[in-house]
Amino acid sequence: MTTATASHDDHHHGPEKGLMRWVKTTNHKDIGTLYLWFAFSMLLIGGALAMGIRMELLQPGLQLMDPHFFNQLTTMHGLIMVFGAIMPAFVGLGNWLIPMMVGAPDMALPRMNNWSFWILPFAGGILLSTFFMEGGAPAFGWTFYAPLSTTFAPDSTDFFIFAVHLLGFSSIMGAINIIATVLNMRAPDMKLMDMPLFVWTWLITSFLLIGAMPVLAGAVTMMLTDRNFGTSFFDAAGGGDPVMFQHIFWFFGHPEVYIMILPAFGVVSHIIPTFARKPLFGYSSMVYATASIAFLSYIVWAHHMFLTGMPVAGELYFMYATMLIAVPTGVKVFNWISTMWRGSMTFETPMLWAISFVFLFTIGGFSGLMLGIAPADIQYHDTYFVVAHFHYVLVTGALWSIIAATFYWLPKWTGRMYNEGLAKVHFWWAVISVNVLFFPQHFLGLAGMPRRIPDYSLQFADFNMISSIGGFAFGASFILFTYIIVDCIRNGKPTTSRPWEGAKGLEWTLAPKADYHSFNKPPSRKLIEAESQHS
Amino acid sequence: MFIFAVVIMPPIYDVFCEITGFNGTSGRVDTEQEYAVKEDRKVDVSFFAMTMGGFPVQFNPKIKSMEVVPGKFYTTSYIAKNNTDQVVIGQAVPSVAPTDAALHFKKLECFCFNRQVFQPNEELEMTLRFVVEPELDERIQDISLSYNFFKLDK
Repeated sequence: MTTATASHDDHHHGPEKGLMRWVKTTNHKDIGTLYLWFAFSMLLIGGALAMGIRMELLQPGLQLMDPHFFNQLTTMHGLIMVFGAIMPAFVGLGNWLIPMMVGAPDMALPRMNNWSFWILPFAGGILLSTFFMEGGAPAFGWTFYAPLSTTFAPDSTDFFIFAVHLLGFSSIMGAINIIATVLNMRAPDMKLMDMPLFVWTWLITSFLLIGAMPVLAGAVTMMLTDRNFGTSFFDAAGGGDPVMFQHIFWFFGHPEVYIMILPAFGVVSHIIPTFARKPLFGYSSMVYATASIAFLSYIVWAHHMFLTGMPVAGELYFMYATMLIAVPTGVKVFNWISTMWRGSMTFETPMLWAISFVFLFTIGGFSGLMLGIAPADIQYHDTYFVVAHFHYVLVTGALWSIIAATFYWLPKWTGRMYNEGLAKVHFWWAVISVNVLFFPQHFLGLAGMPRRIPDYSLQFADFNMISSIGGFAFGASFILFTYIIVDCIRNGKPTTSRPWEGAKGLEWTLAPKADYHSFNKPPSRKLIEAESQHS
Repeated sequence: MFIFAVVIMPPIYDVFCEITGFNGTSGRVDTEQEYAVKEDRKVDVSFFAMTMGGFPVQFNPKIKSMEVVPGKFYTTSYIAKNNTDQVVIGQAVPSVAPTDAALHFKKLECFCFNRQVFQPNEELEMTLRFVVEPELDERIQDISLSYNFFKLDK
């Protein structure tokens, strides 16, 4: 290397000093960190809204708020958790991990990466600011069905539409970046079928994002013109159709739920082999199962709409297509279990989260199958059973994997080890309270308690109180979580470059705290093979 | 996908509903064509009327239901009374249930084909002429036809 290039390298080596480092950064690790902290703060805000919901539902009757404000809470809780917490958290994990996992020095499009993050705080700010506007925040549920969101919505809905547009831009740019990184920046000696599963699941998720987010943008654009420019896409009086809104929304919405769970499958497929000290069982079947789930997610949307009036043939088609998704998902669950089979298992914190993910996500999957049965859905539709179902797949599914990933890769991010004892206390606290919170909601739903209501009949009182108490305990567990993370960053014991005995993957070949720039030279074929997930 | 959602999906959805009767979209015939009538088959057709909130016109079917023979044309009517001192313009949007019957419910003449103008305090009798096609699934014995009136500004 010549002196000129060496000094050039020096010039760019470390991060900038001060706050501007974070504003101007194009480094995938910095941007990953920004994404994760943003997602975490949104998680706390969305969680605070949920605490408000559970407080009102603690007892029957209206105690704390009027129903309109309650509706604002449920709507904003859903929107913030989906678009502000879960999705950015996965993009953050992708940013941090994908370049290290494919042996690339950075993301393929670093400046776009910076932009796609810095859109988010503004979009989130616009969304949250609607709380302080006249008429209040959007109160039509996170699914914003027309005409509730067009004819009968508050003025702040236009801000909500703009925020959704921005969030969509950000997600699409993030997805383009990940596709470009995986396909173009991958180490030359790494074949597609050598890639770790987190990379595979994110690659497939990116295609889902590029397919689905523009449809959402289309839906909110049509809402915007219906509200302000006199069109009638969703207005029956002008020849439109409100049911069409639901078709378009769920054509986005169903792929969206897989956008939020596929990267979670990837995370768990890293953690379980590590602590079972065995290669992942059925690597290629995992890849094909992920791709099948992604394809199927586009052709099942109307199972959210069994009660809108559909020909019997349509109900049957959407029912069977929905059931079909259980097959590739089952393949994954059995692969994880087979990976653990006869492994030398130890139960460090990430493994606890991963195992409870497999168990609790499967419960959520089964209640999803129950909801997918068209004739039974007539009873379940819009009840707390639905709420229990999607919280089992999104909280104990997506969020669980994010927390598992945080504990698993935190040593690599910080070079320090978290407090294992406290982390285990936090795990048991969270896993017990989350079940106290959501499991009774199954019973409430089956007994007929509708969702999105601030008041309920007396026979639902006991289960609601149990659920609320679980909710407060679960909410409080995040105080301990915050402490553990901050404590690790500040006071954690220095760790080795491979803190988990059985961990495989290129990221574990880097320094204990991964350098600001990693893999300036691509890893060799020998190294890639040695660190491969499958033997 | 954005263009697909905004420009292509809505018209395709309309055509899809017309072809399949999806979402209760009933069809239209232009002439009183001949059908192969089976006299012994009877279907009950019930009529419903609704108005969207704020529509100041009383709107009701003249008769609540009738027994029809598939393949024959029938006439009935809806009564609407404008209770205000102003001219009200409205558009009725029909829907047929069950969905599998919508495809074979055809209207020759309907007040829903055009917007309706109600003069102040006027009472209108609006006719409807329809046929249930004999191709209707044997299992269907009841059909509901409902109209929802929406207010138009102009």
